[in-house]
Amino acid sequence: MMELSYWQNLFGWAWPGVWTLVRIVVLVVPLMLAVAYLTYAERKVIGYMQVRIGPNRVGFKGLLQPIADAVKLLMKEIIIPSGSNKFLFVLAPVLTIAPALAAWAVVPFSPQMVLANVDAGLLYIMAITSMGVYGVIIAGWASNSKYAFLGGLRSAAQIVSYEIAMGFALVGVLMAAHSLNLVDIVNAQHGGLLNWYWLPLFPMFLVYLIAGVAETNRAPFDVAEGESEIVAGFHVEYSGMAFAIFFLAEYANMILVATLTSILFLGGWYPLFDIAPFNWIPGIFWLLAKVAFVLFLFLWFRATFPRYRYDQIMRLGWKVFIPITLVWVVVVGAVMQTPLAFLVH
Amino acid sequence: MKAVRRFFSSFLLFELLRGMALTGRHLFARKITVQFPEEKTPQSVRFRGLHALRRYPNGEERCIACKLCEAVCPALAITIESELRDDGTRRTTRYDIDLSKCIFCGLCEESCPVDSIVETHIFEYHAEKRSELYYNKQQLLAIGDKYEAEIAAARAQDAKYR
Repeated sequence: MMELSYWQNLFGWAWPGVWTLVRIVVLVVPLMLAVAYLTYAERKVIGYMQVRIGPNRVGFKGLLQPIADAVKLLMKEIIIPSGSNKFLFVLAPVLTIAPALAAWAVVPFSPQMVLANVDAGLLYIMAITSMGVYGVIIAGWASNSKYAFLGGLRSAAQIVSYEIAMGFALVGVLMAAHSLNLVDIVNAQHGGLLNWYWLPLFPMFLVYLIAGVAETNRAPFDVAEGESEIVAGFHVEYSGMAFAIFFLAEYANMILVATLTSILFLGGWYPLFDIAPFNWIPGIFWLLAKVAFVLFLFLWFRATFPRYRYDQIMRLGWKVFIPITLVWVVVVGAVMQTPLAFLVH
Repeated sequence: MKAVRRFFSSFLLFELLRGMALTGRHLFARKITVQFPEEKTPQSVRFRGLHALRRYPNGEERCIACKLCEAVCPALAITIESELRDDGTRRTTRYDIDLSKCIFCGLCEESCPVDSIVETHIFEYHAEKRSELYYNKQQLLAIGDKYEAEIAAARAQDAKYR
């Protein structure tokens, strides 16, 4: 800490800004690396489930493949369609990636490791992740292409629909934890496997997980991308790094949803069992392990399930998930008024 | 009752879990990928790859310019011109195969009365220009000279089925 005060004096009044910037870089750089290697993990896991090997040529066991892909995308030309609205066309990727990164500001990795430990963290997450849909709509619209436009429409309708169910699932969490602060929510789940919220809020856990898959436009809810129907959906006109930004945002959102699922329902940094060999491991590794597990589930879903038809997606969102979460909100509220309240903490 | 059971089995994601169990099992299954340059799948002796013109053991070229292959070729990939040689036999002066037209059907080989034109086991060849896929008589004879042992062995192995 003495060294920290040395830097503090060096920068003087600029220190708070510099220190925040340093912490942002420390968060974003590993996140970008995680995105790169999530693509590698996806190709490997899906390959293995399809009895293939997956990338194995670039570097040892193909480990440099994401780097090669990134370099390829960086070198490629960014084509701006002549019929497009150039300003919005360039703005759309920025509007997509910005919320995907900004949401990480309130995500706690341990009781101390959090960029901004705000009291309304859950509300902030809800607000920021909702912003992502603007990038999708603007990308689809500004491209001035019917395919991009249809993809944008599909994607936007889907994201907006599932956000409601997701929001109700979060209402359950905040009722159980009596707090919107993410650190408090994790601390309310103190203890082992059976103390986490996935158990008392099981339907909400499932709804949140599935709605998370739908929110990030992942298989089996990937009608927006639908590579066998409309090629790439809203980002069909994007190439090179502009496309890569959408790609980064999608995977950063995947990691975000997986992290939030771990924090809200899987006990965050608390060990699987609160006994000797397990609680020796530092909490952050438990959190990372849970995130990896949820991400693996995402890849597993993609390798397993065929794509939903569009009306089925809407039916699932509006006529199944929203009623389920509403009923469970009432159930949780009712149980909290009875002597059984300890069940939901 | 049936409706109730159906409600619970879909609500508990039973079928989805069964699907995931299937893909989960395949995660650990033996992988069937053949890693091409290092590993290769077995090749039939009847494989129809790059063409070659063969010679008799005494060095005389087999082709008698009967032009049956040219006539039978469905892709019109073969062009032949012939002349009367000084010893009174008919030989080709030009024997070209346009590999960008060829469909590798093997009819030329089947039609050949003297087993001159053959399709070999070679499939790993490439060209960077279209013109490089236009093989002339010298190139085809050179391929035949280089791989005569393999060509003859493959024909001998398949002989009893022909």
